[in-house]
This record gives sequence, structure tokens and C-alpha cells, in this order.
Amino acid sequence: MLKNDPLENILYIDLTRRTFKIEKRPDLFEKYLGGTGVATQLLHEECPEGCDPLGPENPIIFAVGILTSLFPLASKTVALFKSPLTGNLGESHCGGRSAVSIRMAGYGAIVIKGASSMPVYLSIENGRVRFRDASTLWGMGNFSSGRIIRENEAGAGLRTIMRIGKGGEKLIAYSCVTTETFRHFGRLGLGAVFGSKKLKAVVVSGKSSLPVSDKKEYRKLYDEVYKTAVDSPVMKKYHDLGTAENIVPLSRFGGLPTRNLTAATFEHAAKMSGETFAKKYLGRRLACSHCPVGCIHIAALREPYEDVSYFYKTSMISYDYEPIYALGTMLGISRPADFLRLMDRVEESWGMDAMSLGVILAWATEAFERGLITTKETRGVRLKWGNVKGYIKAGGYIIDQPNDFYRALARGVECAASLYGGMEFALAFGGNEMPGYHTGPGAHLGYLIGARHSHLDNAGYSFDQKVLVEKKMKPEETIDALLAEERWRQILSSLVICFFARGIYTPELVTRLLSIGGIDLSTGDLDRIGRTIHAEKYRFKIREGFALDTVRLPERIFETPAPVSGLDKAYLTEALAYAHKTIRKELDAAP
Amino acid sequence: MRLTVLETEKCVGCQSCMFACSRRVGEAGLARSCIGVRSIGGMERGFSVIVCRACADPPCAKVCPTGALVPREGRGGVRVLPDTCIGCGHCREACIIGAVYWDDETNKPMICLHCGYCVDFCPYGVLGMQKREAENVEE
Ligand code: SF4
Ligand code: SF4
Repeated sequence: MLKNDPLENILYIDLTRRTFKIEKRPDLFEKYLGGTGVATQLLHEECPEGCDPLGPENPIIFAVGILTSLFPLASKTVALFKSPLTGNLGESHCGGRSAVSIRMAGYGAIVIKGASSMPVYLSIENGRVRFRDASTLWGMGNFSSGRIIRENEAGAGLRTIMRIGKGGEKLIAYSCVTTETFRHFGRLGLGAVFGSKKLKAVVVSGKSSLPVSDKKEYRKLYDEVYKTAVDSPVMKKYHDLGTAENIVPLSRFGGLPTRNLTAATFEHAAKMSGETFAKKYLGRRLACSHCPVGCIHIAALREPYEDVSYFYKTSMISYDYEPIYALGTMLGISRPADFLRLMDRVEESWGMDAMSLGVILAWATEAFERGLITTKETRGVRLKWGNVKGYIKAGGYIIDQPNDFYRALARGVECAASLYGGMEFALAFGGNEMPGYHTGPGAHLGYLIGARHSHLDNAGYSFDQKVLVEKKMKPEETIDALLAEERWRQILSSLVICFFARGIYTPELVTRLLSIGGIDLSTGDLDRIGRTIHAEKYRFKIREGFALDTVRLPERIFETPAPVSGLDKAYLTEALAYAHKTIRKELDAAP
Repeated sequence: MRLTVLETEKCVGCQSCMFACSRRVGEAGLARSCIGVRSIGGMERGFSVIVCRACADPPCAKVCPTGALVPREGRGGVRVLPDTCIGCGHCREACIIGAVYWDDETNKPMICLHCGYCVDFCPYGVLGMQKREAENVEE
């Protein structure tokens, strides 16, 4: 790493004592690059074994990488914490302005510990940290709190405002943290960890200069990366229709989970397609800082007020493939406006992970259909596929938690199913609700073995569609391929490169870019570092009680046919046993 | 020629232009950027792109007590003479669009040179180079 690179600075904030300190840890960044690699080490250092995810000792760790602000698309912030949803490794990535702001404020990582006795927000500006009273903001949604902080703080255009909605305040196990109104640390409940610390928001801003090893070479390499990012066909789909483009092809393929995965094609897919959203609703395009691709699609929904004529409200609501799956097809919703109405609540007011919420409501709908729960539990709400009004009501009750049923829903689908039955159709893997792919064994094995049980860990859904669809593979071969992908992704997320850019950030290019930041590594080194980080994550998971050989397989995934064959219990069990053994070996070999 | 903001509504807020302006002098980061992109009260409303407009009779130059900002003959905008500048910040106050940026290290203003380097890095055609009216007349 180059001298004077502020990346080595770690900002430690103690909310209990209201103190902070900055420590230099060049060792960490040289060994683990940044992002998930460094954050995993910090998690081992800071998170006591067996701690309560909602207790003051659970740390929140944000980390960015050496390439952030040097090159385009190194635009994610990685957050690590112990998840209140799974009670295990919590990892979530978010773009917006977050990564650039943290880097420009002069930090490689921020660690927040302790808990405040009253609502606060943190204002971090270069070397200064202020603890500000957030009592007035408590109870406010994402838009309003964002607006107020925006008006009160400096650094317009150079800052990130991470904040929680009501979901985080109410400690909903899958509540999210929102940045820049439309981007989220969505998965695994970071919002509740904020809420448990009475931390409403974190504002970070700064503007600095970063050293490069060779100015001329820097500009040359930059031009090369920029051109590929803008011209490359691999980025085009994110640019044009955004991720929502996948709805129709996935449904046609037969891998789009529908109505709690009682089906895997949605007869109304065309109505909920990226094309329809673009044609009828697309109102604005946005990008994360330092990303020329601009995949963020915002819909404009114009609706009349019911109580007074000639008054309209225009809401700006972000949409992507995953929320359309979770709050759309999973709930049998076939009208884009209905989906947008629900999404608006989720994003603006509740601040919850759209994916978890969708899967939970889908489970509840099926449980209601089967009579496992009645209007007694739901407080009169008729949960029915496509009935958006019912879903909006139920979501509001999850926030208010008026009875045991909604308190259970607030803790995740496995908790609810353990109390009311229907575990066989409770779609969670390792405690995390299912992502939107029922493509075949790759997808499900991917969720099961992924360190955060996300489709992004190792892209099993893509392995299904690109490889397994063509040829059968032994369980071991599938696992080896998924693990290899996951190890490489440790490098990408340590450099905080957006996964959408994985096609352009090849190992060879990464080594060249790193040398501009003064880090000389070979592709072999990268491979080794990726392995170590992956092993370190699993070391944490096992420490906190996770075991691959006992992980639950929801029956439903075997009942609804997937387009790629091989999704059967025997195959999965064999694969998991092999994964268990392989990861054990990996851990023993780790330094 | 001067840098012009052609169509702010197309701006996605990627800030590629800001990074380009810093890179113009070989630097990474944002400290040296003479162009700024910020949301208009929340990203849902879009962005404003703030950069020197190359005023014909620049207010910043008019208020400079030492003559450190020299209007560029016939082309609009100013040249900063760092040795003459005393860092008083009057120019910053005088620019009502906020296009006088500040170099905190040297305590001197940074103002767009209308070099056009950033234009090639705006993926959405928000920025362009335009001839000043005066230049058109000359032709
Ligand atoms: S024209 Fe040149 S000086 Fe002006 S903002 Fe663009 S890159 Fe910077
Ligand atoms: S590069 Fe273009 S789209 Fe991006 S922020 Fe600048 S003006 Fe806006």
C-alpha cells in the first residue's frame, strides 16, 4: 500500500461512552485488501463469541477497498455484523454514495460499538465525529429523516446518509439500512442492529486526494476500465432495463418462484416485466458514486388521493428484479401499480428487506389458505394471493406487533413456522429467506453453502443456467465450482467491486489496478487470499453454531419442478456432506 | 470554447465527471475537482451540476482584491494566479452558483479551466463544449 493512503485508518466509535479513536492498521489492508476481507478480521476481533446480536457488544463494521475512488465500480460498502435474523454471520453490501464517502472522509473501515441510551445520529466528516440527538427523527421514515439530515449537515454531493426506518427502530429481524433513499444494506437485519443501538443514522462526508504509484499509467488504466464499463455488452443489461429485465426470461425458463414457490412460472410475468415498468413507470435513472453504468431504475407512481378530488401524489419508488420477485410474483401480485404501492411502504416507511418480507408474507398466505392461521391471528387481515391491501395491512402490523403472530413474523419465516407449522413451505436457507431463483440444484446449494446464504455468494442460479442445464455434474463437481466462485467473490467484495462488474474485473486486470494503489500481487496471491477470507468467514459461522451437515432443506423446493434437473434430496444431501468436508479441510489448512 | 451543462435532467449522479476533473491533474479522489454534482433535495428529484459558466464579466474576478483572477479574453471564465491570490475567499462568496471550489491544502480557489477533459467521461451526454457567443461572432 502506498504511504499516505488513508485507507489504513480505521475509525472506532463507542456509542455508550460517546468517544471515538482512529487507529492505523496497514497490516490488515495489505493482507486482506479491504471490504469483506478486512471486515471479517475486524469481526473476529470485535464480536464476542455467542453475543446477543441486539446487544451493545455486537459491532457494526463498514469497510471499503483500495480501488474505491481510484477506479469506477469499486462502489460498494461491505457491512459485517452478527445477524439478528440468523444469529450468525451478517453481511450486507450497499452502494449509493457510501463507499466513496467513507474513502473520501479518510477511512478504510468504521467500527461502531456500544449502544446509546437515547436516539442519536453520527456525523462523520474527515477527522471529526459528532454525536447528534436524533430524538426528533425517531419514528420517521426514510424520506423524511433523510431530508432533515440533508438540511442539517454539510457536504452536499459528497456524503452518504445511512438511516433506518421504523423496522429498524422496532428491531424487526430483517430490517434494512437505507442510503441515498434508494439503496440498501438489505439483507440479514443490519437495520435492527442500528435500532438496538438507538442509532438512527450515520452521515459520512469528505473530499480528499489519494496517492497513485504512477500518474500516467493511472490515467491510461482508468480509460481502459472506463471504456470497457461503458461499452461492454456484459454491462448493457444492467444499464438498459436494469435487473428487472430478468423477470420474463426467468419465468419462461421456469425458475421464477411464484406464490410461495407453488409454481416457478408466473402467468402474468409480462405484466410485471422490466419492459412494462420501463414503458409505463420509469421516471428517473440513478447511479452509485463512481459508476458510469447507472443500473438504478426509479418508477414514478401517480395516484389520486381518495378523500379529495384533483389532488395527486407522485411517489418515486425503486424497482429491481429481487423486489419484484419477493413482493410481486411470490405474492401473486400481477399489477405493477400494486407492487409499487407495497414497495413504497417497504422502502419509505418500514425500512425492511423486501426479499425477507415477501417470503414471510408468502408463507403466511399459504398458511392462511391451509387454515394453520386464521383471521384471529392475522387480526382480521385476509391474506390472499394478489391482495395488496391485505399485504399492506399485514406489513403495518409487523411493525406495530400487536400480537404473538405478528411478533413471530417480525422474527423471520422460520420462527413463524416453528410456532404455527408449515415448516415444509417456509422458504429460508440457513435462516435467511430465499432469493428469487428456483433454477435447479446450483441455486439451492448456493444458498445453503453461501457464507451469507445469498444468491450473490456464489451465483448458483447462474451455474444452473450456464452449466448444469447443458450437462449433469456430480455433487462434488457442483460444490467445487460454487466454492471456487465464492472464493473469487471474496476478492471482488474485498475490493468492494460491484458484482455487476464481475465480467470486466478479471483477476489479471485486478492485479494491474492494484499496482496503481501500490499493492503488488499475482493472480495466485489473489486466489490464496480469497481462500483465506472464505475460511475465516466459515470459522466465524462455525464458532456461532452453523453446521452444513444439519442445515434444513425446505420440502417445497423438491415439490415444485425446477427447469434444471438434479434437484433432489439425495443429490443435495451428498453435495452438502462433501461441502462440509471440504470446508473443514479448508479451515484446517488456513493459517 | 467553454464547458456547458447541456441537459441536467439526464444526469444520473454518477460523479464520473468529478473524478475526471481530479484525474486531469493526475490525482485520484475528489479534492481537486472543479465540478460538483449534488442532488436537488434528494435523489428522487434529480441533480444539479455545478461548474463555472464562463460568465462574460465574471463577478469572482470583480471582487478579487489582488487581481488574482484574470478574465480570459473573449472566452469567458477566469485564470487563477496562485501567487497573487491571498486566499481571502471573496470570489467564493461572489459566485452565486457555487462554482468556485476550494483547495483546502493551498487555501486557494479552484475554478474550471474549460479544458473539456470531463466531457468524455460523462456517459449520458450531460456535458458538452460550446462556443461562446462572442466566439461565434468572430467567425
Ligand atoms: S472542463 Fe476541465 S477544469 Fe472544467 S470541470 Fe471539466 S475537467 Fe474540470
Ligand atoms: S458524469 Fe454526467 S451523468 Fe455523471 S454526474 Fe457528471 S454530469 Fe451527471
